[in-house]
Amino acid sequence: MYDIESLYEATSVADACRALAEDPAAEVIAGGTDVLVKLREGKGAPAHLVSVHELRDELDGVRLLEDGTVWVGPITWFHHVTINPIIQATVPTLGEACDTPGGPQLRVSGTIGGNVCSAATSADTGSTLFAYGALLDVESVRGKRTIPIEEWYAGPGRSHKERDEVLTGIRIPREHYEGFSGYYFKYGKRRALEITTMGCCCLVKLGEDKRTIDDIRLAFGVAGPTPMRALDAEDAVRGTDVLDAAERIGELAAACTNPRDSWRASRDFRLQLIKEMSKRSLIYAARNGGADI
Amino acid sequence: MDMRILTCTVNGRRVQVGYDPRESLLDTLRNRLGLTSVKRGCEVGECGACTVLIDGVATDTCLYLTSWAEGKDILTVEGLQAPDGTLNPVQQAFIDEFAVQCGFCIPGIIMSAMEMINSGKTYTRDEIRKNLSGHLCRCTGYQNVINGVERAIQIVHDSCGEQEQEQE
Amino acid sequence: MQELREVGRPVVRVDAADKVTGRAKFTDDLCPKPCLEAKILHSTIANGRVLSIDYSAALEVEGVVAVYTCFDVPEFAYPVAGHPWYADSAAAKRDQADRRLLDDRVRIYGDNIAVVVAEDTVACDRALKLIRVEYEEYPVVYDALESLKGTNPPVQERKPDNIVAHTCAVTPAEKLAEAGYETVEQALEDPAYRHVAIHCESREQSQVHIETCVSYCYMEGHKIVCVSSTQIPHVVRRVIGQALGIPWGDVRVIKPYIGGGFGTKQDVHYEPLNAWICKQLGGRCVRLELSREELFWDTSGRQPKTFDVECSYGDDMRLHARKIVAYSNTGGYIHHGHALVLNSVNSFRWLYHTNEVATHSEAYTIHTNGPHTGAMRAYGVPEGNWAAECLMGDIAYDNGWDGLEFRLKNVYTDAFVDEFTPGGVVAAHTCAVPECAQKGAEYIDWYRKRAEYANQTGPIRHGVGVSFFVYKTAVAPFALETATAQVTLNQDGTVQLQMGATEIGQGADTVFSQMAAEAIGIDTEDVHIVSQQDTDVTPYDSGAYASRQTYVSGTAVKKAGETLRAKILAFARRLSPDAPGELDLRDHAIWDGNGEKVWDLPAFALEAYYNLDAADQLSAHETINVHTNAIAGGCTFAEVTVDIPLGQVTVNKIINVQDSGRLINPRLVEQQIHGGMAQGIGYGLYEELQIDPKTARVLNPTLLDYKIPTTMDLPDLKADFVEKPDPTGPYGNKAVGETPAISPAAAIRDAILNATGVKFYVEPMTPQRLFEGFKEAGLI
Repeated sequence: MYDIESLYEATSVADACRALAEDPAAEVIAGGTDVLVKLREGKGAPAHLVSVHELRDELDGVRLLEDGTVWVGPITWFHHVTINPIIQATVPTLGEACDTPGGPQLRVSGTIGGNVCSAATSADTGSTLFAYGALLDVESVRGKRTIPIEEWYAGPGRSHKERDEVLTGIRIPREHYEGFSGYYFKYGKRRALEITTMGCCCLVKLGEDKRTIDDIRLAFGVAGPTPMRALDAEDAVRGTDVLDAAERIGELAAACTNPRDSWRASRDFRLQLIKEMSKRSLIYAARNGGADI
Repeated sequence: MDMRILTCTVNGRRVQVGYDPRESLLDTLRNRLGLTSVKRGCEVGECGACTVLIDGVATDTCLYLTSWAEGKDILTVEGLQAPDGTLNPVQQAFIDEFAVQCGFCIPGIIMSAMEMINSGKTYTRDEIRKNLSGHLCRCTGYQNVINGVERAIQIVHDSCGEQEQEQE
Repeated sequence: MQELREVGRPVVRVDAADKVTGRAKFTDDLCPKPCLEAKILHSTIANGRVLSIDYSAALEVEGVVAVYTCFDVPEFAYPVAGHPWYADSAAAKRDQADRRLLDDRVRIYGDNIAVVVAEDTVACDRALKLIRVEYEEYPVVYDALESLKGTNPPVQERKPDNIVAHTCAVTPAEKLAEAGYETVEQALEDPAYRHVAIHCESREQSQVHIETCVSYCYMEGHKIVCVSSTQIPHVVRRVIGQALGIPWGDVRVIKPYIGGGFGTKQDVHYEPLNAWICKQLGGRCVRLELSREELFWDTSGRQPKTFDVECSYGDDMRLHARKIVAYSNTGGYIHHGHALVLNSVNSFRWLYHTNEVATHSEAYTIHTNGPHTGAMRAYGVPEGNWAAECLMGDIAYDNGWDGLEFRLKNVYTDAFVDEFTPGGVVAAHTCAVPECAQKGAEYIDWYRKRAEYANQTGPIRHGVGVSFFVYKTAVAPFALETATAQVTLNQDGTVQLQMGATEIGQGADTVFSQMAAEAIGIDTEDVHIVSQQDTDVTPYDSGAYASRQTYVSGTAVKKAGETLRAKILAFARRLSPDAPGELDLRDHAIWDGNGEKVWDLPAFALEAYYNLDAADQLSAHETINVHTNAIAGGCTFAEVTVDIPLGQVTVNKIINVQDSGRLINPRLVEQQIHGGMAQGIGYGLYEELQIDPKTARVLNPTLLDYKIPTTMDLPDLKADFVEKPDPTGPYGNKAVGETPAISPAAAIRDAILNATGVKFYVEPMTPQRLFEGFKEAGLI
């Protein structure tokens, strides 16, 4: 039993916004896999919950918009992102990232929007959405706005979404994915039910020779307090041969990340992972894009 | 908060039950409906002992508020036996393959196996491993559990094949 | 090997159907709800004293019924280990009493200082947050060697130097003299031999049974009834009596099915506190369940240990002398005390003692402010095995010897008798380890793979490794071994079997049923075992631990079965005085000496119950004392892939081959091997309770951060055995429950050494440690 003071099942996004505005202590609950776990630890207790769990019409599913933008509903389960044909055809690396949190049961309760809203650096979709340059739509009684993922994170476990705002959509514009192939590399100490020790997403757009890197995005989780891009590393290898880049990218990435020492893993070990995983992710991403390497 | 009434289907039967909105579905199934096969092992979605099928999907009930079960179709191990008591193929396979030791995690694992069985698909051993990876078991090393699921899938597919042949 | 009828048959588990249907009831399944809930207030310091507790605000929380603090509870101190008690005539053997229901002297982080009782758990949680505690704080010590230097005050006042016990077993002077030495050190330093010294460490492993520790208590008349998830119901009854200062007969403990124990539930936990609360509240039903987090730091895991090991050995691959000094960190409380580390150093010695002329086995058990530790599957032996096998692996590697051949040259034989055990009770009456090793080597393709994996380069490498192990069965002669079994003939010719020995998932009920059937001459299917223990009606047994039950309690089953068989045949003789020859019971009937049927068993049973002249409920109740012990052994072979840059080891293939004497049920033995191997792999690669040395607080008390293997982390597990009946076991059987957990970790270590040439000395070999090791070796 959870220490819940009030539980309101919203009937629509507008209804949820209204409920959040009316109760200054209220917070959104979607899949529950973060909120309830924290609540059990006493964080945020006693809770005032506005549930968007059942708002499937408005917030669930994946759509391909007319301009080629991929729209993902925030309460879409991880598993439903993974198996969605639109995702597989457009942003398959996001689907692969969504196949890595927890175990199968978590992936049919946990939602992609919840993963973003909890704002943990270890969130498996965080680095991938960074690489895809996702746009996050939020709504409250005060209006709607869009926050690019680069501006989403305010710190470890904190986002710039206000308490009374509901995440209503995750968008990935066509130019952010078209022509890119990718790879999400989750490093954990075991192969399931795992919190990410290091997460690395590499998207690469190869030239016609399938060797030259026309464009690249390299993003990490747990390489700093929030998910992040390794922009300098990207710049340094753009336009170069992918095999040469693979040899260099590890050191380049390590230079622009800042992992910390913790009892879960030392800084040195994380830097080693950043180096090795950058290299392998680039190679695997390029192979997925047709590079014969 | 005042009590509420949940209306849903549990093990094929329409059920109405009063609940405290602070409850997880795990609490309600165990304490109000007497379905004690649904086990509490961690309360945070890490062990899988509380897994049931909700609308056919294997779900941890510890992280599922009872409120969300309104109108849903819920299946637990108590609902698997035939009316005459005959065991479900998964249950029988778990006995025959010596998959059971202390037995605490077994009902949850059986429900994940049921999700696979109900899909009508076949699964490789690696796929079975992945589909069971949300369950922690400390007794079996999973060896005979995986054997049990493999055998159950085999049995169900063989019997489906027989039915199809009969129809032909 | 003589063929038996029921023993050795792969009978389906007697509890399997109940467990796949959800009918099997565990403690919480039986608890009448709603009932009162109790939750513990734990200290937020690791060393000090509680000066005051203000719980006035907690009492104001809606639903709170009572708060009791360390200043309210009785002063009685009690021991909690699941060991037998001893009469006054042997009082020195009793476990030390160092726990109170709640204690103002805080010795560990999270010590028990108060308890809240409320109508529901949310009210408990709210109240706990509102309790204010004032402490006097003392410096915290977690490192065992640091603690040895002394602390002020000592962790336990009765142990002023923080040493629970210090023992040293050294080869006697006369035996040393035969080899031309005056001391073991001379044998170790003899220049005619090669010399090696290593330091190795094993960290705290948690049992992680999936059912938590939970009990509920209520009163019936003047009696307190406690239903608990325990391995040791009779011990729980005694300890509740001791802790509350009430006659033991006023306590009734019931043990339903339990969701794993692995040693955790060989401790008494909060049953006494719960019983006391229940009594304060007029016998209302109170439930007390530990959260998953509490289980990690508030129940006893495997003792962390360090080992300093020295060895001299000859060019002929024979060990000449070994020395081990072990330091074991028992944390703030004694619990199982020194027995654990004794098992470590003893098994270290036993395994490879065949050629040695000198040994030195020294052990310390030390108090710190770390979490209290205690029994976990194989009870100290995996740690000693780690030390023994790090040594063997290093020597073989350094000399370019075949590790298998080297081990076989030194492993114990059937002639082994431990010279340091009184009366030579610990002995290998049989030894099938070489045959086990042969099976294992064939499965893993040892010789071909060792050749193939020599001289690898590159980031991804492969290796195969081996570890042997040794384990004693039960605890004689060190502790009392007694058990009772009761068998009763039913009206239909079937038999009731009642045991104080407990089913904890290991299959005890099934093998007891088989042994009873064998002894009586009936089918296992005709034995109804009462799985639940109820100390008011269940015969006495100290419970499930030490791989003792099939050996010790099984001896009681056999004796009771034989007695009942004799009673049945005597009663049949009385009913049929003229039947020719000696009567026999088999195939559901009683037969005469000519092979003619005298009685169908059901008809006979009905006659016995309702005979107009001499009606008799035929039964047998037998208590046995076991003074023997038997050494079991075996080996693990493992094949791994090592991804050096990622610090990742994957076990691709693994086999355990066990020498456990005659198997009562091979499928159940296989189950034990699978589970033990999984725990052993976890111990080798993943599982470590991480403790902040400054605060002695556990950092990873969740299933997410404490990593037990998932389905994705284990390969297919291969179990095999070699059967050589042991002359002392009731049916030639000896230990199997714990043994499979001993050797996997060291075999994986040996495989990593084979793959990379890097020697790891600290288990578990986590990615962090692998990374550090490979980096130090220049491979990264």
